Amino acid sequence: MAFQILLNVFLALVWMFLKVSNEPIDFLVGYFFGLLLVFTFRRFFPSRFYLLRVVAVINLIAIFIKELLLSNIAVLKVIIKPKLDIQPGIFALPTELKKDWEITLLSNLITLTPGTLVVDISDDNQTLYIHAMDASDAEAAISSIKNTFEKAIMEVSR
Amino acid sequence: MIEIVKVIIGICIALGALLTVVTAVGLIRLPDVYTRTHAASKAATLGVMFVLAGTFLYFYLLEGHMNSRLILAIVFIFMTSPVAGHLICRAAYNTNVKLWENSVQDDLAAVKKERAQQ
Repeated sequence: MAFQILLNVFLALVWMFLKVSNEPIDFLVGYFFGLLLVFTFRRFFPSRFYLLRVVAVINLIAIFIKELLLSNIAVLKVIIKPKLDIQPGIFALPTELKKDWEITLLSNLITLTPGTLVVDISDDNQTLYIHAMDASDAEAAISSIKNTFEKAIMEVSR
Repeated sequence: MIEIVKVIIGICIALGALLTVVTAVGLIRLPDVYTRTHAASKAATLGVMFVLAGTFLYFYLLEGHMNSRLILAIVFIFMTSPVAGHLICRAAYNTNVKLWENSVQDDLAAVKKERAQQ
């Protein structure tokens, strides 16, 4: 992915040299045409077209912000409620992610999700131990984490 | 236009302050370290982020001064505060701080025993 971006910047510079100009607008025009070129020759690169990955990253950031807002409303409800009827507990979450940065990202996301907080990660990086405000429906929490966050992170690293 | 901007900035700052108050109440009311960390790592993050965003908007839109350090501060707090919550929780668990007695399950206990034997 980094190579494709570098190539695109290089193509934009070539465009500027061809136009004998040093205006930023010509860099942008050249970048756009370079993007079309990179897209046309996408089957020669080992990884997929890099704009797809950029879209996946933006999608992940949007999920991050949405979850932060939702989790705050959830915590607010628990704290303000007159009667304390939460059922906390620690449950295990098996994960398919391999690389360190993916697992770090996943645990950050989980910590910002409504009512869950990562306590520990097993030594073989395959299980996350999560403290939940409401552990009575741990199965539902596991499946929702798997379907949204893990998928979004895999979409980025694929 | 200026009035709308002022209202938005006011809402941002008030919401941030409100969330910070809720965090403080949560720290007093919740029963054990782990549930308190829930409140501290989430509500405080968003509260501080709202206050900083309101400050940024105030100086940018009303005074015409763009301060990029505030943006950087928002990003740094967003990245570091969940990690801080995780580390506090983990340190508490490893030093045998007990869960609240109404807790329903504890999958980590078995793993911990195993680690202690090695």
